[in-house]
Amino acid sequence: MTEPKKDLVQSPEEAASSGTLAARLSLSQRAGGVAVPLATVILAFLIGGLVVLATGHNPLLAYRDIFNGAGLNWIFHPTTNTAIDGGVPAQAAFNLTQTLLQTSTLILTGLAVAFAFRCGMFNIGGQGQYFIGLVVANWIGISLAGLNSFPHILLAIAAATLAGAVWAGIAGVLKATTGAHEVISTIMLNWIAYYLASWLFGVGGPLHNTDPTQATSPVSNPILESAKLPVIWGSTTLQGLSAGFLIAIAALVVYWALINRTTLGYEVRAVGFNPDAAAYGGINVKKNIIRAMAISGAFAGLAGGIDMLGYLFKYGQLDVQVSQVGFIGIAVALLGRNTALGVFLGAFIFGGLLYGTTQGLTSNVIQPELSQQLTYIIQGLVVLFIGADILILYVWNSRKRLRPRGAARTPAKAVY
Amino acid sequence: MRGIRKEFPGVVANDDVSLDVRRGEVHALLGENGAGKSTLMNILYGLYRPDAGEILLNGKRVVFSSASDAIEAGIGMVHQHFMLIPVMTVAENVVLGTEPVKDGVLLDEGAAERRVADMAKTFKFAVEPGALVEDIGVGQQQRVEIMKALYRNADILILDEPTAVLTPQEASDLFEVLRTLRREGISIVFISHKLKEVLEIADRITVLRRGKTIETVPREGATEESLARAMVGREVLLRVEKKPAEVGDVLLEVEDLWASDDRGIQKVRGVSFQVRAGEIVGIAGVDGNGQTELIEALTGLRRADSGVIRVGGHELQHPTTRDSLDAGLGHIPEDRQRHGLVLEFSIAENVALHDYATTPDSKLGWLFPKRLVERAKGLIKEFDVRGGGPLTPAGALSGGNQQKLVAAREISRDPTALIAAQPTRGLDVGAIEYLHRRLVAERDEGRAILLVSLELDEIFSLSDRILVIYEGEIVGEHTGEVSEEQIGFEMLGVQKKVPA
Repeated sequence: MTEPKKDLVQSPEEAASSGTLAARLSLSQRAGGVAVPLATVILAFLIGGLVVLATGHNPLLAYRDIFNGAGLNWIFHPTTNTAIDGGVPAQAAFNLTQTLLQTSTLILTGLAVAFAFRCGMFNIGGQGQYFIGLVVANWIGISLAGLNSFPHILLAIAAATLAGAVWAGIAGVLKATTGAHEVISTIMLNWIAYYLASWLFGVGGPLHNTDPTQATSPVSNPILESAKLPVIWGSTTLQGLSAGFLIAIAALVVYWALINRTTLGYEVRAVGFNPDAAAYGGINVKKNIIRAMAISGAFAGLAGGIDMLGYLFKYGQLDVQVSQVGFIGIAVALLGRNTALGVFLGAFIFGGLLYGTTQGLTSNVIQPELSQQLTYIIQGLVVLFIGADILILYVWNSRKRLRPRGAARTPAKAVY
Repeated sequence: MRGIRKEFPGVVANDDVSLDVRRGEVHALLGENGAGKSTLMNILYGLYRPDAGEILLNGKRVVFSSASDAIEAGIGMVHQHFMLIPVMTVAENVVLGTEPVKDGVLLDEGAAERRVADMAKTFKFAVEPGALVEDIGVGQQQRVEIMKALYRNADILILDEPTAVLTPQEASDLFEVLRTLRREGISIVFISHKLKEVLEIADRITVLRRGKTIETVPREGATEESLARAMVGREVLLRVEKKPAEVGDVLLEVEDLWASDDRGIQKVRGVSFQVRAGEIVGIAGVDGNGQTELIEALTGLRRADSGVIRVGGHELQHPTTRDSLDAGLGHIPEDRQRHGLVLEFSIAENVALHDYATTPDSKLGWLFPKRLVERAKGLIKEFDVRGGGPLTPAGALSGGNQQKLVAAREISRDPTALIAAQPTRGLDVGAIEYLHRRLVAERDEGRAILLVSLELDEIFSLSDRILVIYEGEIVGEHTGEVSEEQIGFEMLGVQKKVPA
């Protein structure tokens, strides 16, 4: 049964101009490959550099100091010694452990955003889910004295993960049953979590410390020794790198496998790309919305769990007010294109920035009050540029127009 | 255009194509999807540059490096997907980019509307210049697109499959407009793969096949058969050959089904029918008479108000899609891009859309992508899906191949009963012929096939029995010979019988 029909492949331009917006977006994402996120980062750093320049300082020096501050100079002096008085190599090793601590958190808050994205949803609630994870991990961590370390840690981690899942699951249930948009409901849940954590850790709150010398400070009790994660690099007294890093790496593998190698991931992706076709295929769309939100929240709750058990040990109202890791997770996921490897790299970049800007930046390199803000400037620029990556791609493609193989993107511009 | 050649990576889209268009003629460019029609026109319109060949305009060689060069030279193009700004008026859309200006900067709204009104009068366009584009119908929007081109003094107008988005009535209005334009001396290149309309409107017809010019013929003497042969490269059976149905047991039975649309309006009102093994039952009707809701209720995409569905031995009430799939109901949906396929998924992933959760595709929730790929390979071969391999995204396939992929998936699941909704909408003759033959073959395999189509031709050539649906009720049933006229009347509710 031969059938001499179309055997000509559509050119990408034709495919792009004929599909839906989502199709065009995904196509352009594929077409952009690694180049676009890379360009995004470079551009963000360039503009961040201009900001430094505007303050009358040398951006190259600033970035060098951030690089060293993040411990990336460790590659030039590899050592496992993190004692700070051990000179430059030890300082670099110590800085790197701190960067990796931040990276671990951001991997998980990044996965929280990425997983929901894969199901077509935007989970802005990572911050709130992270708080809930912290609260539950602290609660379990200060309780159950006498328990062995392993079950104590396991219980605390599991409870924090589950709590994050439930917290995000609320937004999932609301969306599936009433159609409430997850962006709105997760933002609302962020504020509820914010005030809940502030109250719990605050003076007179249920998780407020029982130390008479600390009675007026709004901080929790530190968790019991049995709940602390083991340190895998560095010293326990100097806030070494905890096993939480390994948990975060494991989460990346789980994420990858879940998305690409399970029927659950298949359903999530089908619903994310085209809920109508998913329903036609026999997939329960509402169930997937709830489940994907819950899994998404589980990653953020886990982030709170490993932070509490790994190096924070206690938490206070002031910490609640300044924490941004849930929001940086959005930039991590966007930059990482919701892939496991991308999320790791994105988390590492932002982890390095977050810690690097707190270290080594002296006032002759950058104003001290600007140093931490530089991270947020770059984060904001990344989000902005990812939003505009269609534009970047357009510029990228119009380069080709100079060659005979012209791009037919002109009409696509005007499509409404 | 002479000796045009255009290559895309791995593909020669145009190979030594020549086309001459005379002043004041409607010249049809006929070919299957992917034959190179759009590429050729995009070259003429300056969107692509040819790798070889030349374009002569009034005998002079021209080179267009962008669409604006082509517009400058008097070439206008109306794309399949309109490029209008919905919140602006007709006049504003028409003058966009070359607006009449007063006081140096301000848009002269009055002048714009006057000019557009003049133009509408000259060309006998029934268009209100002051109306917002979002408020007017598709046919009118198309007219606005044509006016945009004419406003820029186009004397060659390219229309890319203009009737694809139009109802039959709107299409005949469009042809009226085209005849007027022809009288005014405007040349029209009319891209199409529909034989009937080409024969109706064109003065001359150029047929492209696989990127090559096959022939240019005057309308006189051309027939549907001769054009189809040129397009496809062999004899095409426009009528489906089939032997008489050998009917068996009832495999699909619907009993007193009621269903409402999203706004709660009752669209299916007490429908009952049976489809037996080895027969194709066609449901004819004008669009919007409950066909969509009927199919959705049968397949579990919509919750029926009441009624019973029996598939093989299974009795279903308010089935989910999963229930109806498990009962053995296959479904080729009317909108393959919205329901039938996840365009971003690979062919292999689309093949697994119903069965991803069962062995061999997966086991205990673990997916085996290699098995999906293996299965997809087999189906691609068996159903002759072209344009990609198992890992190609379904969205990169042409419409005909997408539909073959959907059919491949549904048929390969060995359904007891198969619902085919508008199975050939938007496809070219080759793909239509393939799908029709396949449906008949599946009938002969002993499946029960329910065909729902808006194309009477399709209903007539495939069905062993025809049901007519009007306002959510089955108003007619025909087994033997029946005229299209009779069915047409029933579809319009003219000879409405009282349901027994």
